[in-house]
Amino acid sequence: MQLTEQLAQYVLSGFSTGAIYALIGFGFAIIYNSTSIINFAQGEFVMLGGMLNYFFLTTLKLPLIVAIVLAIIFATASGVLFERLAIRPLKAPTPLSLVIITIGGSILIRGLAMLIWGKDTHSIPSFSGSEPINLAGATILPQHLWIFGITLLVIGINKLFFNYTITGKAMRACACSRKAASLVGIDVKRMVLFSFAISSAMGSMAGIIIAPLTMTAYDVGIMLGLKGFCAAIIGGMSSGFGTVLGGLLLGILESLGAGLISSGYKDAIAFIILLLILFVRPQGLFKKTETERV
Amino acid sequence: MLRLEGITQVFGGLTALEDISFTAKCGEITGVIGPNGAGKTTLFNIVTGIYSQTAGSVFLGERNVSCFPPEKLARLGMVRTFQNIELFGQMTVVENVMVGLHTKSRSGIFSCAFKLPGHLREERIIRERAMHWLDFAGISELGPTEASSLPFGKGRLLEIARAMALEPRIILMDEPAAGLNSRETVELAALIRKIRETGVTVVLVEHDMELVMDVCDSILVLNLGRKLAEGTPRAIQENPAVIAAYLGEG
Amino acid sequence: MKREIVKFLLFAISVMVAPLIFKGGYLLNVLVFVGIHTMLAVGLNLLLGFAGQISLGQAAFFGLGAYLSGILTTTYSVNPWLAMALAALTVGILAFFIGFPILKLKGHYLAMATLGLGIITYIVFNEAVDLTGGPSGLSGIPNISLGTFVFDSDGKNYYLIWFFTLVTILLSLNLAHSRVGRALRAIHDSEVAARVMGINARLLKVQIFALSAFISTIAGSLYAHTMTFVSPASFGFNFSIELVTMVIIGGLGSIYGSFLGAAILTLLPEVLRAFQDFDIIVYGLILILITMFMPGGLIRGVPTGLTFLLSWLKRSRSANA
Repeated sequence: MQLTEQLAQYVLSGFSTGAIYALIGFGFAIIYNSTSIINFAQGEFVMLGGMLNYFFLTTLKLPLIVAIVLAIIFATASGVLFERLAIRPLKAPTPLSLVIITIGGSILIRGLAMLIWGKDTHSIPSFSGSEPINLAGATILPQHLWIFGITLLVIGINKLFFNYTITGKAMRACACSRKAASLVGIDVKRMVLFSFAISSAMGSMAGIIIAPLTMTAYDVGIMLGLKGFCAAIIGGMSSGFGTVLGGLLLGILESLGAGLISSGYKDAIAFIILLLILFVRPQGLFKKTETERV
Repeated sequence: MLRLEGITQVFGGLTALEDISFTAKCGEITGVIGPNGAGKTTLFNIVTGIYSQTAGSVFLGERNVSCFPPEKLARLGMVRTFQNIELFGQMTVVENVMVGLHTKSRSGIFSCAFKLPGHLREERIIRERAMHWLDFAGISELGPTEASSLPFGKGRLLEIARAMALEPRIILMDEPAAGLNSRETVELAALIRKIRETGVTVVLVEHDMELVMDVCDSILVLNLGRKLAEGTPRAIQENPAVIAAYLGEG
Repeated sequence: MKREIVKFLLFAISVMVAPLIFKGGYLLNVLVFVGIHTMLAVGLNLLLGFAGQISLGQAAFFGLGAYLSGILTTTYSVNPWLAMALAALTVGILAFFIGFPILKLKGHYLAMATLGLGIITYIVFNEAVDLTGGPSGLSGIPNISLGTFVFDSDGKNYYLIWFFTLVTILLSLNLAHSRVGRALRAIHDSEVAARVMGINARLLKVQIFALSAFISTIAGSLYAHTMTFVSPASFGFNFSIELVTMVIIGGLGSIYGSFLGAAILTLLPEVLRAFQDFDIIVYGLILILITMFMPGGLIRGVPTGLTFLLSWLKRSRSANA
């Protein structure tokens, strides 16, 4: 393969993993923006999406659409349960206790998944077959197109929700100031619940659409979650295009790095980028600097 | 002791402070007052190293200390208290004051870990001095109490004791009377005068007019980010511009 | 002060006497690990409990100590003591320099950064096969020896490791009750007020970070010489979380608490042997429950719980009288 064709291949596959990272990153951003919590358990909802889909599709032999819908519902329910049981009862949430509780939650969810479904990796058939398609000298699979499409759809719906619905705007209000939001009558606790629900739904969606490509197992959540977080950080924790760009950038850099430098160190690339961003520009690449009133 | 020249602070589109210049004389109590939004807290944070000003300079004595971080200012003898009292909640009252003596001691990690004799000697001195300052603020009986369990008024006194332990040249207080009842405010006034007697310069930002007029030797009035007036309490009370700013024109 | 000295002496004596009571066997091996984990937990507590800085990458320093000692003593035949000193100094200095950018971050961002650091190190252990042996690990690491006396059995290694652990505990206790300890706790409670009091928070945080790394590296070297074999699996994200759990269970800011946490989490898997794969769930549950109901850790929670129970019993007794 010529270099340009190789590059096109890397960029294209980077785009698709990047889309996934963006979806997962959104989950982080949404919760963070309404609650200032970084939900370390976010990756586990991604895992649940894939695993539940596998369960409904292969074990219960339900049709694809039904399996997907059920998977999202169950994953969202877990997210809501998690918020109710572990987050809401916290009396004095210091950053440390929030970090620990969400980590504890992620370990718990992972452990339960392992108990229920074992440690094996499972494969899921692609949504519409695996005939490769040729695009500008590079090959992509139909699943890649599903990933692009669904990611765009989800992000579009998100934009509409946050900008044009009352609930969406209420959640954005909580992100700016919880006190002010509650003073104007917004039920902050409900908004927190919604943000967890939306994030786990999006996360599980991400897990569902990537599972046919990367297989799914009880422990895929850790890496995916962390890379999604990285995408969100690059994008400045924005619930908009920042995170999308962050995800795409991460996906492409990772793909190029894996292809051109070394595939063993592929995962390290995401974390090196994460560290660089945190050191140099923690507010993300795409956000203007704000001043805080003390 | 403390001189400000042309302090200007711009936040994005908002000019919080414009060309503020004033002097707080050594050994005097200077008050900074002004209606809400006048920029008092911003000015305070600039002088104490929490913010960096957009333009202008801060002089401590003869030295330009503009944009120095708080820890450096502490070593030069400047200390402040906070409106919302920032106590070290999980430490006892006496330990809080002992932290105030940090700059008066020097044992490092090595010396402390190996309990070298210099460190042990220092610890004893630190504890003695801490008790002295608790006594100064009138709360020596609260020594072993956990700081977070103190009632607000006592917490305020602890903060002052801690700040004085630093043996500063100047102490800046951010709304020290906030949250105090009238009896506590009278005690505060006495304490502030006691501080002046030790030769330390005091600058306070305050809303409580009675306290300010009672205790201050000199007052600076800010309004909408600008200097409105500067002078003795008497002069300020009779200044028509000041009256107008507080009560509104007409 | 005298109470503290007596407490420590009692603790040290119990440690010294334990092997004689538990005469060898499997339990002794577990107690060796309790020693290593205690040393790690105490080091982490200085950073996490006292200074209040979240670090999710402590396993990286542990692993660096183990691998550096392992590689230096096998491939380059360096004397184990020299290797340990070199490893600790190198990692300590590296940690000092990387501490500056990392500790500018706070809360979640700091957690993520240390996590990232830990994972990058783990990946390097796995991928640098020529140096580290990759996933299959590095074997043939010599036991450490003092003159002609070789530490080649559980019994001997127990005393070797616990010597270092006791020294770490003693020095940490001294630090905790000193000017530096107060400065650290001040930073934890209110960093801005600490700075106003003249504490150079930035520098002190970095110094403690480096000290914590130094301690972990030594623990790693000792681990390598005790096990004579190291592999990346022991130094991953899971172990970093385990260490944080130990510190939290025991009680942030309590040195003896870290021993308690380390002991419990090292012995627990042995107790749960029958429930092999459940341990991961148990960790998750412990983390959640302790954070929600006993944020001060066991060392504060248990006495408080007992006091509460006693007063409740007293009240119901007098009600019945």
